[in-house]
Amino acid sequence: MAYTKRPDGRKMDELRPVSAKVGIIPNADGSAMFAFGKTVAIAAVYGPKPLHPQHLQNPERGIIRCNYNMLPFSVTERARPGPNRRSKEIGLVSEWALSKVVSLEKFPGTVIDIEIMILQANASTRCAGINAAAMALAHAGVEMKELVASVSIGKIDDKIVADITKEEEDWKEGEGATDIPFSLTSRTEEITHLQLDGKIQTHRFKEAIEAAKVACKKVNEYQVKALKGEVIDDAGVLK
Amino acid sequence: MTKENNTRKLVVPGEVIVSGEDYLPGDFTRKEGGEIIAGKYGLADINGRVVKIISVSGIFEPRRGNNILGRVTDLAFSGWMIDIDGPYSAFLPIMESPRFVNKNNLHEFANIGDVINAKILSVRRGSVDLTLKGRGLGKLEGGRIIKINPNKVPRVIGKEGSMVNLIKDKTQTEITIGQNGYIWINGDIEGMKKAEDAINLVAKESTSSGLTEIIEKFLEGKK
Repeated sequence: MAYTKRPDGRKMDELRPVSAKVGIIPNADGSAMFAFGKTVAIAAVYGPKPLHPQHLQNPERGIIRCNYNMLPFSVTERARPGPNRRSKEIGLVSEWALSKVVSLEKFPGTVIDIEIMILQANASTRCAGINAAAMALAHAGVEMKELVASVSIGKIDDKIVADITKEEEDWKEGEGATDIPFSLTSRTEEITHLQLDGKIQTHRFKEAIEAAKVACKKVNEYQVKALKGEVIDDAGVLK
Repeated sequence: MTKENNTRKLVVPGEVIVSGEDYLPGDFTRKEGGEIIAGKYGLADINGRVVKIISVSGIFEPRRGNNILGRVTDLAFSGWMIDIDGPYSAFLPIMESPRFVNKNNLHEFANIGDVINAKILSVRRGSVDLTLKGRGLGKLEGGRIIKINPNKVPRVIGKEGSMVNLIKDKTQTEITIGQNGYIWINGDIEGMKKAEDAINLVAKESTSSGLTEIIEKFLEGKK
């Protein structure tokens, strides 16, 4: 069966329903929740605060430490708790995706801790995590040049689609599935993070970048609305 | 106040606040191609030509002249290390203590865990220096310490101290507020409890209008 229609009936460039809210963790300096349909991520930001041990300090700029964690109940078969290869990698790419926009030079010798927790996973968890973390950073009053929006672009069979689900990620027929998570800055639309899992032709990749720009703009609109106090709950996470 | 609120709007990092060559970038903003861009989440305030951002959330940012409450974390060679719950820990040199202290007996004046009320003398990259020279500054004895969001401190103080004086009067307590969000309360147990609840209520309802009435009502009720 060729891939002509998306399993959940969305248009090719349509995102899943989004939920977004800031200030969900009172004890943190800043916090946010972001959900793409059934993928739900929360992020908490602590700092900038003094960094210990001292040898990790950078006298020229602050550093970001980002932890990505998938909770045991977030997937159908229990995920073993604790850090693993995958979570370390995603933590690191999230850190890189965000450190580009944070004005770290204003706080030398300090650290900003970001904790990303995946409550429920249905593909694109790193994108939801980065979106939540960017909102949490802004909410924590950290000086930032702009925001970061993240979305996964997929090539399912021969179609370029936005925000893929687990079902699409596992597509086997035709050309199969390619998953490309993008993170773009909100104002200058620079790519701060890009990964590619699968195969894609160069001319199709250019299409994917254009699709990412369009999709990230939509994500950014949700982020801005949520930061301005609106509670967005199209995905029904908060009900 | 209400008039000012009308001109202030919530902005997010990267947002264009105003465009046009007439404006100048102030705190937490930058100018890019004739546009003033927000560099932080907060309330944009346009005062004449200058555009700045007023923080609404986040950690305490030490500024020179701030009064703060801090806890002694370590005794160094020539002073005390103080935790001020900001991005950096602060240093209180012996020279800045109100009376003579012997270098070998630092603990006699303030030991680890003691809380002091100090003023920020200087903020340089990565270090904050404090002083105890000034009226009302020094070590705090007795009472209790509570912590609120540092951005709510102006609300707790009120216009020329109206809010804090109201709470002091009604609960018969002494209150010292640090700009870093630490608040010291001393008095009888009932009064301290009441003052603490009242301050937390101010912090919670900080955006409500008629805040003073809410607090007055709270302090009058359930004595």
